[in-house]
Amino acid sequence: MSLALSSTLLGAGAPSAAEGFTPPGPGDFNLPPVGPDQTFMFLGQEMYLGVTKPMLQLVLAAGLVFWFFYAASKKRAMVPGKLQYVGEGGYGFVRNSIGRDIIGSRDFMRFVPYLFALFFFILLNNFFASIPFIQFPTFSRSGMVYSLALMSWVIYNAVGIQKHGFAGYIKLQTVPAGIKGPMLLLLVPLEAMSNLLVRPVTLALRLFANMLAGHLLLILFALGGEYLLLHGAMLVKPVGILAWVLFIAISFLELLIQFLQAYVFVLLNAMYISGALADEH
Amino acid sequence: MELTGSMNMIGYGLAAIGPGVGIGLIFAAYINGVARQPEAQGRLQSIAILGFALAEALAIIGIALAFVL
Repeated sequence: MSLALSSTLLGAGAPSAAEGFTPPGPGDFNLPPVGPDQTFMFLGQEMYLGVTKPMLQLVLAAGLVFWFFYAASKKRAMVPGKLQYVGEGGYGFVRNSIGRDIIGSRDFMRFVPYLFALFFFILLNNFFASIPFIQFPTFSRSGMVYSLALMSWVIYNAVGIQKHGFAGYIKLQTVPAGIKGPMLLLLVPLEAMSNLLVRPVTLALRLFANMLAGHLLLILFALGGEYLLLHGAMLVKPVGILAWVLFIAISFLELLIQFLQAYVFVLLNAMYISGALADEH
Repeated sequence: MELTGSMNMIGYGLAAIGPGVGIGLIFAAYINGVARQPEAQGRLQSIAILGFALAEALAIIGIALAFVL
């Protein structure tokens, strides 16, 4: 797929560079490995010897989240200092507004560690797209998101099966309440596919596509603005400046989207868990 | 005038109509609800944000697949 801005479209004369503009694509997200440029064979697959920057970012995010909350909860003073106050605020946000309000006050505490760690892990990884010198959203690599979604899928299914038994759980998820007769024949496969198969895919795809599209938009504005400034005709150069102004504006939008996507991922997790734990109709 | 490109972007443009209308409906309902009863703002906000993210997901899947495929 190639988009080529033709010179006649710009309308004000041919650009001075002959190569044209190659738009950024998902291939720009394949970062080279950090480390020796060698490969080795593992089970018939060629694997790189080094680690890539997103892998390092995952480890960094995990370490930072753990270190921050360990430091915030070390003193356990009755009157909290500033660090403990911030830590308690963050933990209270996930525990109350996501855990207790969605899962219910009876058995939400079991899942709060998972939801809390997941929220801050995803949040920090998303914010890596806006932090200077890192500037790569870790979850624009789809493998990392799908592993989180797989973990969530295993958890909410296991919780449901543990509570209702296997047949009871399948019945809970696939048979909606109050439907009888031939409508069931239509609805059961639909509900089964939607609740058991499609949910982890959309959960992962939402986070992954948001991070990918947002970062791709930023790259497009930056590169496009630079191309228009350097290679555009005189009347076109202000469009390059406008592209950079939009780059800054969309960076702020991206901060909001990063927080929102982390929040929605964890919120949907909590809703799926509460749906799996729901009592029989 | 000569335009080169691919159908992916036209497809994405058409696909963005639905989520656009959907998000408008969601936030119209939220604004109506808060206007009728301002005390409900906290409770309605999380539902509005959830609905927004679910509707936005389709638009985002559209643009991501427009680039990838």
